[in-house]
Amino acid sequence: MTLELINVWYIVAAALFVFGLKQLSSPATAVRGNLLSALGMLIAIVVTLFSREIMEFRWILVAAAVGATIGAVAAQRVAMTAMPEMVALFNGSGGVASLLVGWSALYNTGNSTFTVITILLSILIGGVTFSGSIVAWGKLSEVMTSRAVVFGAQRFVNGLILGALVACGIVFCMEPGLQSPYLYAVVGLSFLFGVMAVMPIGGADMPVVISLLNSYSGLAACAAGFAINNNILIVAGSLVGAAGIILTNIMCKAMNRSLANVLFSGFGAVKTATKVEGEVKPINTEDAYLILEAASSVTFVPGYGMAVAQAQHVVRELGDILENNGAEVSFAIHPVAGRMPGHMNVLLAEANVSYDQLVEMDDINPRIGNIDVAVVIGANDVVNPAAREDENSPIYGMPIINVDHARTVFVLKRSMASGFSGVDNPLFFGENTRMLFGDAKASISGVIGEFKG
Amino acid sequence: MEAVFLAFVLMLSIFLGFELISKVPATLHTPLMSGANAISGITIVGALISAGAGHAQVATWLGALAVTFATVNVVGGYLVTNRMLGMFRKKDDKGQPGATS
Repeated sequence: MTLELINVWYIVAAALFVFGLKQLSSPATAVRGNLLSALGMLIAIVVTLFSREIMEFRWILVAAAVGATIGAVAAQRVAMTAMPEMVALFNGSGGVASLLVGWSALYNTGNSTFTVITILLSILIGGVTFSGSIVAWGKLSEVMTSRAVVFGAQRFVNGLILGALVACGIVFCMEPGLQSPYLYAVVGLSFLFGVMAVMPIGGADMPVVISLLNSYSGLAACAAGFAINNNILIVAGSLVGAAGIILTNIMCKAMNRSLANVLFSGFGAVKTATKVEGEVKPINTEDAYLILEAASSVTFVPGYGMAVAQAQHVVRELGDILENNGAEVSFAIHPVAGRMPGHMNVLLAEANVSYDQLVEMDDINPRIGNIDVAVVIGANDVVNPAAREDENSPIYGMPIINVDHARTVFVLKRSMASGFSGVDNPLFFGENTRMLFGDAKASISGVIGEFKG
Repeated sequence: MEAVFLAFVLMLSIFLGFELISKVPATLHTPLMSGANAISGITIVGALISAGAGHAQVATWLGALAVTFATVNVVGGYLVTNRMLGMFRKKDDKGQPGATS
């Protein structure tokens, strides 16, 4: 195939990516959108294999077979609760692939300085994406602590690493060589920088990090595209880069924090919330049943705790029972609930909750005053009224789901020191709040048992 | 001139990306992310070229390794997105045999 013909096919692939992404914006067309995008990818791959540049197929076949097997098995096996880890690993493998593409592009003859700079960028961004994603995976799967790891001179050390990275990069660009020690320095430092950049970010901020790493993996592909003068890499890579940035921005807005704030300060390190005191009103499953039985509108507010307790299936079952009982049931989902954007939606969809029952924060808040019962399952910050009222709270200003405005609030919580004790979530002491202590899955099953018995 | 032309392509696709994604509802953020992630596996095209160009042995090895990682990204990304999207159903489509509960 001539270069022109290949590029024509690349245009077709790019158009399919664009259509695919467009159709991903509605649940009704999303499956087709994903298939279109996959078709685009297939075209791009096949056309590339037919190009005259490819002379040796043996290793390609072996490598592709290994990669496809790993990818397919992982995609089939992964549990929906573990989706954030999975996406982090896929991001990481995309990143390291771009790094390797950049590196091998150094072996092309006659690279201009501009090309060397873009090669360097693809190595750098790819490296940061790779090691950052691995750390994110470690945190999400709790192989390592999911808390923010901070130490005194962190910013100084990170600044130093970044400075060294830029310096080595500049030296390398001025005198590029395949055996240049600066090349290895850039690879090593970019890995180190990725680790250091993700370490200080705590578990609850993971949605931002995952979105950002997603964006980086696109930008790395884009830089690799410049390095080998390939249009389709630039187009597809920058589409992904832009998508990741948009999601990052949405996540930051949903936490009322700037990106810089998320990246550079361990959460909660700055302020301590005013401790509130009061008495909690515990109820048992029978009381909960009586209230739910009489309710005509119920909304569930899930958080990461629901995923941890694996309670999504019983929650859906209770939702169905309530609906058959004549209540209007919805699921109100905060944008940053869970460990990646939209995580709760996927879990509930897996449990067979109809997607038109999944309601966004901005849609539920105006009518939450008319909701009879709001059931909070494993969510804390995203329903904490301190975000509205307490200026000392670390989450002050973050938009929340105003469950405290519902007629009754059930909070499902594992346990809590009884009687008077200081907590930083005033919701627990609210006039209309009832606490249902115990494992979320067991509590909900108990309520279902009451309905059935 | 080539570089300027590529930069032009870059600029337009970034704006296109912003336009496309800003309308996606929060419900679909996870599949959107894994779907976009699969697209970022486009680097496989670069990997194929460097693995197959028949340059130095090292370049071929680097390229082959890149092909492996990029294929994980592409195949895994599309399959997992497809699996997730299959779960998003409306009330009417439910209760069919095979539906997990």
